[in-house]
Parts: sequence; C-alpha cells; structure tokens
Amino acid sequence: MNQRPLSPHLGVYKFAYTMALSILHRITGVASTVGFLVFAWWLMALSSGPESYAGAMRLLSAPISKLLLAGFAFSFVYHFCNGIRHLVWDTGRGLERAQARRGGAIVIVVALLLTALALWLGCAALARGAS
Amino acid sequence: MSLRTPLGKVLGKGSAGDGVAHWWTQRVTAIALIPLTAWFVIALLGMPLHSYEAMRGWLGQPWAAVGTLLLAIALAWHSWLGVQVVIEDYVHAKGAKTTMLLLSTFLHFAAVVAAVFAVVVMAVAS
Repeated sequence: MNQRPLSPHLGVYKFAYTMALSILHRITGVASTVGFLVFAWWLMALSSGPESYAGAMRLLSAPISKLLLAGFAFSFVYHFCNGIRHLVWDTGRGLERAQARRGGAIVIVVALLLTALALWLGCAALARGAS
Repeated sequence: MSLRTPLGKVLGKGSAGDGVAHWWTQRVTAIALIPLTAWFVIALLGMPLHSYEAMRGWLGQPWAAVGTLLLAIALAWHSWLGVQVVIEDYVHAKGAKTTMLLLSTFLHFAAVVAAVFAVVVMAVAS
C-alpha cells in the first residue's frame, strides 16, 4: 500500500452547491467538445454539396437530435457563462464564499434564460427555409 | 532543503517542464471564444438553417469565413487543452491515459483540419 500522505478527499467536505457547479463546468466542457465535433462535421456536410447538407440537416432535425442539440445548447451556454466566472476569479476577484455563491446563482439563472432564448430562436431558424 | 536544481528554479517551469503555458493558453483561447462564439451563434440563429444556398452564401463571404476559421481553431485548441486536463485528472492507468490522450489529440486535429478545409473550400468556391 502506498504510504504517502493524501490530501483531504472530496468526501470529507460538507456539500455546497458551488461544488456541483464546479463539476458541471467540466461535464459541460466535455459535452461542448462533442458539440465541436458536430460543428466540424456540419461544416464538411455544407461544403460537400446540397445533397449532403440536406442529409445532415435531416439527421440534425430528428427528434432525438433535437433533444441532444438542446442539451448541447445548455452545455455550451453554461460553460460560456461559468467560464466568464472563472476568468473573473483569475483576476483575483469574487473568491469570497458569499461572492462565489452569488456568482454561481447568477450563472445558473443567466444560463437558463440564454438557453431558453437560444432554443426559441433556434426553432425559428430551423423552421425558416424548411422544405 | 530543496531538491530542485538552481537552473530549474530560475526557469520556473515546474515538473511538467512548460511552466504556465498550458494554463495561460487555456485563458487566451477562452477570451477569444467569448466574442467568436457569441458572433457565430447570433449569426446562425438569424439564418434559414435548412437553406443550403443561404448558408453557403453566408460562409462564402470573406469575413464570415475568417470568423468561422478563427472560431474553429480557438474551439479546437481550447477543447484539446480542456479534455487533456480531464483525462489526466480521472484516468490514472498509464496505458489507458496515454491512449485516451492520443485519441483526443488525433480527434481534435482531424476535426479542426476538416473544419478549416471545409470553410476554405466554401470561401474559394463561391
């Protein structure tokens, strides 16, 4: 058995919701990576001609795809908002507990509102030019 | 007593050998992505997404193409660095870790080359 000292394990801390926001930043980051791969694939489909683009859009408009896209939208928007929170922390500001909690609450509310707005506009954009 | 060499102390690069470059590049790409993603998403949401002609026409414009190229490169770079940290933090078996890091690198490079190629083809062909 390794006898080297260990830092306190995550499990010893009382749960604070900012912990959930922290791990959510990673999860939404990885989800956005999948979104980036879809973005590259979509650009390739668009550059390959009308048939391949129509095929890609058909695939992206399927009910299951729409559900996934909604998930990507939230993931991306959350990562975007919380990323700004991280950049603010990098300047040394907002690190007090109360400030971190308030920042987290703002991120959640803004992310949910922006996701709703993006989904609404996205549905309209998908309806335009639909055959 | 420190076991670090005097040269190591002066260079200040730490055990990974590249100092704060990884951390800093993650921030630089993050800052770049704020305007780039906001611009792209807003532009995309105002377009008829099902219209091949409209989408090609938009990406055929020089500034839209340049913005999309910058976006693709910044996204790939930021994502590559981020996924690397996630893998290093949670995958501890040496073989699995190396394999996943390699896969992530190849996937990110393949995706960014595809995205850049597609945008350049569309910009040149229009």
